[in-house]
Amino acid sequence: MSLKASELKVGDSREVVVVDDLSRTQIVMYAGASGDYNPLHTDDKFTQEVAKYPSVFAHGMLSMGMTGRVLTDWVGDGRLTKYGVRFTKQVFPGATLTTTATVEAIRNEGGVNYADFTVVTKDQDGDAVVTGSATARLD
Amino acid sequence: MAIDKFPVEATHIMMFARAIGDTNPIYSDAEYAKGTEVGAVIAPPTFVQASAQFDDEYPLRPMPGKPWFGSGKEATGLKKDPKGDGGGSGGGNGGVLHAEQHYEYHRPLRAGEVLTATNLPPKNWEKEGRRGGKLLFSETTTEYRTVDGELVVTARGVGVRTEKVVESK
Repeated sequence: MSLKASELKVGDSREVVVVDDLSRTQIVMYAGASGDYNPLHTDDKFTQEVAKYPSVFAHGMLSMGMTGRVLTDWVGDGRLTKYGVRFTKQVFPGATLTTTATVEAIRNEGGVNYADFTVVTKDQDGDAVVTGSATARLD
Repeated sequence: MAIDKFPVEATHIMMFARAIGDTNPIYSDAEYAKGTEVGAVIAPPTFVQASAQFDDEYPLRPMPGKPWFGSGKEATGLKKDPKGDGGGSGGGNGGVLHAEQHYEYHRPLRAGEVLTATNLPPKNWEKEGRRGGKLLFSETTTEYRTVDGELVVTARGVGVRTEKVVESK
């Protein structure tokens, strides 16, 4: 299920709702799997009373992980060579996140085809929570 | 952080994929994976973050017998520092927010491999925050290698901490 360079063109894009009504439980799942048990993500009492946020919020890496799925579902398994993001807004429980990945360039380097993507994930208010870029090896 | 042994285990990959809501069978079904280009269960792109599980001194995991800054009876398990040097708010690494994360994949990471993780010297810089107080940035690059030294993933993370004005309370 890998992608040929001839199947892509600059400007192609995909938009996917990566989570609808993010649950606290999913954030707990991410804490357990990743090993990042920072109470800011799972402990409302600490987060509200000590850290002074309105509630727990998702690990940035959870948003990056959900965003990455849009890329890997598109380019195929094990095809990413680079993936990087900035975290631009906190994601609270209840969030609905939509990722858009767009082909920015298709190039051949040393006989290998690559596609460069930009990726942005927006919340239900239309604000970007994750922005970044990625590169994938194509056939 | 230096991790001598980061076993990349199939069950851990499955749990991680579940947590990010990714149902791709390449992360959970060994039989399916055999018939694919990569030939085995592989790790999702952000999986190496879970190497924290194998860091003996990872500060964001409660340790038996040690104070934990999350809530128990009280909102924080940390005793107030009587010197009041301003280190109390957030406690531990609770005040550090993740600003950026970047990965380079030198090849797919497969279940059953064992990696090491080594940090290169960090870069630190400061900016003035918009609401006063300094923003302290720290960038860390981590190299994930096989025991034979083959580089598999390079990770670069940027964290930011707000130097809070000491509140009188």
